Amino acid sequence: MFDPGTFTLDNGLQVVVVENARAPIVVHALWYRVGAADEPPGKSGIAHFLEHLMFKGTPSVPSGAFSRIVAENGGSDNAFTSQDYTAYVQRVASDKLELVMRMEADRMVNLRLTEEKATPERGVVREERRTRTGNSPGAQLYERRRAVTYLRHPYRIPVIGWKSEIDGLTARDALAFYRARYAPNNAILIVAGDTTVDEVRRLARKHYGPLPRRKVPERTRAGEPDQLAAKRVTLKSPRVHVPSVSITWRAPSFAAGETRHAYPLLLLADMLGGGSTSRLHRRLVIEEKSASGAAAGYLGTALDMGEFTVSASALAGGDIDRVEALLLDEIARVAQHGVTEAELRRSKRAMLAAAIYARDGLGAAPRVIGRALTTGRTIADVEAWPERIAAVDAAAVRDAARAVFVERRSVTAVLLPEPAG
Amino acid sequence: MGAAVLALALALPAAATEIQRVRSPGGIEGWLVEDRSIPVISVRFAFRGGGALDPDGKQGLANMAAALLDEGAGDLDSRAFQEALDDIVASLGFDAGVERFHGSLRTLSEHRASAFALLAKALAAPRFDAEPVERIRRQIVAGLESGKDNPRRLAGRAWYRLVFGDHPYARPLAGTPQSVAAVTVEDLRRFVRERLVREGLVVGVAGDISPAELGLRLDEAFGALPASGAPGALPGVVPKGGALKVIQKQVPQSVVVFGQAGLRRDDPDFYAAYVMNHILAVGRSSRLNREIREKRGLVYSVSSHLAPFEKAGLIVGGLATANARVGTALGLLRAERGRGERGGARGRQAVSQRRLPSPPRFDREHRPHAGRAPGEPARHRLCRQALVADRRGDRRRRATGRAAPALARQAHHRRRGQPGRPRCRAVTPRPRRDPTPRT
Repeated sequence: MFDPGTFTLDNGLQVVVVENARAPIVVHALWYRVGAADEPPGKSGIAHFLEHLMFKGTPSVPSGAFSRIVAENGGSDNAFTSQDYTAYVQRVASDKLELVMRMEADRMVNLRLTEEKATPERGVVREERRTRTGNSPGAQLYERRRAVTYLRHPYRIPVIGWKSEIDGLTARDALAFYRARYAPNNAILIVAGDTTVDEVRRLARKHYGPLPRRKVPERTRAGEPDQLAAKRVTLKSPRVHVPSVSITWRAPSFAAGETRHAYPLLLLADMLGGGSTSRLHRRLVIEEKSASGAAAGYLGTALDMGEFTVSASALAGGDIDRVEALLLDEIARVAQHGVTEAELRRSKRAMLAAAIYARDGLGAAPRVIGRALTTGRTIADVEAWPERIAAVDAAAVRDAARAVFVERRSVTAVLLPEPAG
Repeated sequence: MGAAVLALALALPAAATEIQRVRSPGGIEGWLVEDRSIPVISVRFAFRGGGALDPDGKQGLANMAAALLDEGAGDLDSRAFQEALDDIVASLGFDAGVERFHGSLRTLSEHRASAFALLAKALAAPRFDAEPVERIRRQIVAGLESGKDNPRRLAGRAWYRLVFGDHPYARPLAGTPQSVAAVTVEDLRRFVRERLVREGLVVGVAGDISPAELGLRLDEAFGALPASGAPGALPGVVPKGGALKVIQKQVPQSVVVFGQAGLRRDDPDFYAAYVMNHILAVGRSSRLNREIREKRGLVYSVSSHLAPFEKAGLIVGGLATANARVGTALGLLRAERGRGERGGARGRQAVSQRRLPSPPRFDREHRPHAGRAPGEPARHRLCRQALVADRRGDRRRRATGRAAPALARQAHHRRRGQPGRPRCRAVTPRPRRDPTPRT
C-alpha cells in the first residue's frame, strides 16, 4: 500500500514514515491512542475540549501562536477527535518539518492552561455543537441512535459531549486528562511526503526523544451486553421535509469480535450501497422509484465493536414505510442468497483501485495508518489490505451477512416531518 | 502526429511544479502536470456558461444536465454506461457552476483509452432517456424539498438576492421544484448543443500521461464538439449594499452571511485584495478569528473569501452563533473590517509580518488531483493556476503592507460604500452533519 518505514524511540513513541517526493511538502501527524470513549464518567467532551485547548499555549509557544507560526511558514494545520483517537496534523513545505515537529513535541508535555483560557474556548465548543447538532435534526437523530444502540459502552456518548456536561468542563479537567493520556508511549508519529526515514529519525530523536515515558492507563471500556431486542428511535421535526430511515446492526470491527467478517463486510457495504450500480440504489431509486438516495456503510475502524448501516431518503411527499420495507427486503435477500461472483468482482476491483488512488496525495497515508494503529491494527494489516480484499469469496460475504443481519441486534432510526404547530 | 508542447518558465522557485501547455493536433489546448509516480490520470475541464445562463422559467437546467450526462450516451443506456465506468474503476462527473460548466475524469492509466472514450460519448452523444431524466428530476426535487429550511441555504440565497437583485447571479443553481419540473428533454439537448463547445473550453490534466498522448486524447474527448455555440453574455451588474435582512427560524444557532463588493479577477489589485482577505478572514490566526472566536468564543468558525464573478467581484463570508449573540458578533465584525480599512501602523505591521502562504499552499498545493469534491474556488485551481501563474509572481510582490489597507478603502469607496460597514447580511441558522468534531 504505502510501503512505510517504521521505528520506535526509546520512550515508546512509534514513528511511521511514508516517503513521497512528488512535491516538496510533508504532512506531520501526531496521533494519540485516546478518544472520547476513554473519558471519565460525567466529563463527556473532555477529549475534544482538550484537543481545542492544545492550541492555548506553552511557555515557548504562546496561546494562538502554534497555528500562526504554521501559517506564516506557508502551512496549514488541523486537529480532530473521534471515539478512539485524537490527532494533530500539519501540512508544510518539507524544509519546515523540524519547525512543526519541535512545536508538536513541545505541546505534548508543556501545555499551560488556565480557566481564563478555557472559558472562551468552551463557548467555541458550544457553538460547534450547535452548528453540527443543534441546527440539524438529522444529526440529532444520529446522536440519539448511537445512544440507544449501546447500553453501557461509551460509544453511546457523542464525541463532542452532551451539552450539560460540556458546560461543566474546566481547564483542570482538561489538564487531568492531558497528564493521564498524552505521552510519547501513547502516541504515533506519522510523517508523509518529501523526506526520508533517516531524516525523520534524526529529527524525532532530537525533538520527541527527550520526552519521558509515562504510565498510561489501559484502555478498558465498559463491556456491552448482547442486544436481545430490536430498537427503534423516531425523531419528528418541523424542519424535516423529506423523511429518511436507517437500520444499523452491531457488527465486528477489524479489531474486535468475529474479525474474519470485517473484510467481507467492507465489500458487502460497497455491493449494497456503493454508487448507482449497487443493489440498494438499483432497487429503491431506479426500479421501485421510492427513494431519492440509498446507501450502506460499514464502520470497521472502531477499537471495541463495529456497525453496519443501510439507509435511504424518501422522495418529496414519499412513503418512508415502503422505503424501510424495501431496505429490509434487500437485506433478507442478501442474507439468504448471498451475492453474485460478478458483483463481488466489481467491488473488489473498486476497492483495489481505491488503494491506488489513495496514493494520489499525501493525506490518505497518515489517515489510514493513524486510524489503524489507534484502533487495534498494525502496519502489516494496512499493507496486507489489498491481499485481504482479494482473498474474500462469495461464501465469506454470505456468512458475514448472516452473522450480522439479525433482527434483534438492529436499531432503526426514522426522521419524519412534523407539521409546525 | 505530435502535439505542440510549450513548457512555461514560471516565475517560481526551482522546485515548482512544471505546467506544460499542450496543443492537440486538432487545436484543443490543455494544461498538463506530468507525474508518472503513480498510475493515475486526473482531468478537469470547464465550458463557458453555467447556471446563470439557464433560460427564464428553466432554472436548474445546467444542474440537471450535469446530473444526466453520465446516465447514458451513444449505444450505452444508463445502466450500461455506469457499469462501463465501474468496469474500469474510473470516475466521471459533471457540475454546473454559476459561470462555468465543469467536468472531471479520473482513471487508472491502464484504462485511459476506455475512460477518454466514455468521456467523449458523454459529451457528444448523451441520450437523455426518459427513465434517467425522470429519476434525476425526482432526486433534484427531493433535494430541494429536503433543504428548504436549511438555514445556511436560506441565508445564502437571501444574501445573493440582496446583492444582485434580479440578475442571474442571484438565481439558485438547482432551480426550484417548479422550474425543474418545466425542463424538457429538448431543453437538455439544446443545452448540450449550444454550451458544450470547443470555444472557451479549458482543460487541466495531471498524472501519468505524456504531452504527445494527451494531445491525441484531447482530440478524442473534445474534438467532436461544435467549434462554437450560442452566445451567452450576461448583463453587467453593480452589487448593491447597505442592507440587512433577518429571516426568523426556530433554531438554536443563527447563520450570518455577510460581504460586500470586491474585485474581479482581472483587476490589477486582485491579488492585493486576496492578501487583505487572507489577513482579515482566513485561517485560525486571521483577525476575525482571533477577535470573534479565540478571544470571545462567539463562533466555531468565521471566514470570508473572494468571489470574483466575471461581471462583478464580491467578498463573501459567514459565521454562526447562538441567537442571542448575533448582535455582538456583528459588532465585532464591523469593527475589524473598519480597522482593516483604516490601516494604521498596527495594520501595516500586521500585513507585512503576515506572509502569504508560501509556495506549497498557494502554487504547488499537493492534494489528490481528483476524487474529492472541492468547493467552487478550488475546482479549477489547476486551470486557473496555469492561466495566472506567469503573472502571479509580480502581483504577489505588489501586495505589500502599504497596499492592503489602501485597497480595503478603495474596494469600499469604489462601490459607494460606507467605510467600515459590512454591505449586506442575511441571517439565519445553519446546520452541518459530521459526526467527527474538528477544531
